[in-house]
Amino acid sequence: MPRTFTPKVVTANALLEGDAVWLTEDNTWTRDMAKAELLTDEAHAELRLLEAAGRQDEIAGPYLADAKATDDGPAPTHFREDFRTRGPSNYNHGKQAEV
Amino acid sequence: MYSYNDFDAAFVAERNRQFRAQVERRIDGSLTEDEFKPLRLMNGLYLQLHAYMLRVAIPYGTLNSAQMDQLAFIADKFDKGYGHFTTRQNIQYNWPKLNEVPDILEALADVEMHALQTSGNTIRNVTADHFAGAAADEIADPRPVAELLRQWSTDHPEFQFLPRKFKIAVTGSPNDRAVTRAHDIGLRMVQNDAGENGFEVIVGGGLGRTPMVGKVIRDFLPVADLLAYVEAIVSVYNLLGRRDNKYKARIKITVHENGLETIRDMVESRFEQIKPGFTGFDQGLLAQIEHAFATPAFKAASTDGYEAARLANPAFRSWTDTNLTAHKNDGYAIVSVSIKKHGQTPGDATSDQMRALAQIARDYGHDELRISHEQNVILPHVHKSDLPAIYAALREADLATANIGLVSDIIACPGMDYCALATARSIPVAQQIATRFDELKVEHDVGPLKIKISGCINACGHHHVGHIGILGLDRAGVENYQITLGGDGTEDTHIGERAGPGFAYDEIVPAIERLVLGYLDLRTDPEETFLQTFRRLGADPFKAILYPAKEAQNAA
Ligand code: HEM
Ligand code: SF4
Repeated sequence: MPRTFTPKVVTANALLEGDAVWLTEDNTWTRDMAKAELLTDEAHAELRLLEAAGRQDEIAGPYLADAKATDDGPAPTHFREDFRTRGPSNYNHGKQAEV
Repeated sequence: MYSYNDFDAAFVAERNRQFRAQVERRIDGSLTEDEFKPLRLMNGLYLQLHAYMLRVAIPYGTLNSAQMDQLAFIADKFDKGYGHFTTRQNIQYNWPKLNEVPDILEALADVEMHALQTSGNTIRNVTADHFAGAAADEIADPRPVAELLRQWSTDHPEFQFLPRKFKIAVTGSPNDRAVTRAHDIGLRMVQNDAGENGFEVIVGGGLGRTPMVGKVIRDFLPVADLLAYVEAIVSVYNLLGRRDNKYKARIKITVHENGLETIRDMVESRFEQIKPGFTGFDQGLLAQIEHAFATPAFKAASTDGYEAARLANPAFRSWTDTNLTAHKNDGYAIVSVSIKKHGQTPGDATSDQMRALAQIARDYGHDELRISHEQNVILPHVHKSDLPAIYAALREADLATANIGLVSDIIACPGMDYCALATARSIPVAQQIATRFDELKVEHDVGPLKIKISGCINACGHHHVGHIGILGLDRAGVENYQITLGGDGTEDTHIGERAGPGFAYDEIVPAIERLVLGYLDLRTDPEETFLQTFRRLGADPFKAILYPAKEAQNAA
């Protein structure tokens, strides 16, 4: 039986600001994870990661992060990725302050 | 204070020019992140969870008011109006933009500061006792030696690609406030029978995933031999240190695997070999540097006003009870300014606070400031008659918290709120513990107690040497906190022992509360500190307090 693949998103840090960005279906980088492309197929996910890694003048350190589908779009499953969508908990800085 | 000579200034300017070009090439895409990463790390620039982070060296923790003002200026112009003082006596900016980092480095160079060798497998910023040059218990100021080591180690061609990072700490006092036994090399000043100054040389200490207490490789090293001996140690390490496994690459493992005797023999023979090359130039340089660290011209004045203010104002008295340390000059005191107001982020100072500290140093502190590894700011030379005015100025800046050495004076690393390596948060845990004990109004009754928190096994928050250590871990996708007990970072360095199973995020603060209040029932009298009680009784009664249910099960 094929092992089940946990859905993923491609994420990275923006080159200039260093904050978290996610890859969308139409190949842009979004600061809103819910707008990211949810990757449910392992081979496709690897391919998207390779493509992202080629965009060195936009981002740094791309990787595949676990995600789950929600009505609003992809959402994090792990608290680390959850923090990346918001910012630090000691100040109202980062993404939580920008919305 | 030490001032840059022409060479230092030109060197830093050239490095900044190179880095500016590297940043440009990164931004236009001609350098990949993999290519750029080692270059940025050589300049103290990290990439964190939410942004870049720039780590600025504050060599041996010493700075003047103009430098502090400039740190405030950088915080306002390039960051979010604050900076984070760290256990490595550095300041970190959490929100710089890549394209602005070269400008920040230039602004630093304007006040003789830099971010070199704050990262990478080099000899890092040399740390020193934050009371250096001021403490009553000191043999001699260790900072000239620290500065000599900095000049020798900066861009040393042999030591730019060591097996791993290399940290040196130095103290001029037998009472170790610099945690020298938890560094790759620790230098503790001692006197021999003839009354000459020298160093006890300690090697192979470290925290991280394999904590080890440093071992004495030489009981007494004359000051004149210091550089040659340190170079001998680092070159033996450079040869033997493991490059095959990052987790076994620190010198603590090299010493552990090869044995202290072997390392000592190799170091001594290497020392004999290179010693003739040190023909006295370094000693001439040291003499010049010592000149730069001359004791300020202390004033003589009556301290009657100070005593009267203590009697008149209980808040002032309480602050003087906790935040002052004995100075070598009777009329003077060392002030520790708490950067740990209850509920605030340990070590974070706003730009306004930095400017207030700079102003106080200018007005009353012989223009000197220090950053302590406990993430507080020190005014090393303050005449007692000025203390009431300083206290008033500190209150004005919201910096007058009277909690040095108490429960709420917590070391906390950035943890998962900033750090890309973190497995859990540490800052909110520190904030909540401090807030809780402030509500309980017991911390003065509890007395000296060091709580230290790290957000992962790397132990940047020194949890292994906290009387109570807290280590944040990721257990199956949720934050979990392990408690260690009985650690100590002084000359009697001990690694704390694990108390038992970890606690969930919402259980850790109540667990610490139980533990500390439980200690109050265990101590023989209010004079017996937490650590002394722990040493007398061992871990069992403390474990029983932490895990009452389990205890009940065992009894059943
Ligand atoms: C935020 C970015 C940081 C990163 C990526 C980082 C990385 C690391 C790593 C990987 C280690 C383990 C080294 C080893 O065991 O070989 C370590 C240890 C350590 N770091 Fe950090 N750290 C960071 C922040 C800090 C901060 C903010 C401080 C000061 C508050 C600090 C001070 C230390 C200390 C004292 C140790 C343990 C001593 C040692 O064995 O080297 N680090 N760090
Ligand atoms: S201990 Fe871990 S979480 Fe804390 S700063 Fe160091 S690497 Fe980051």
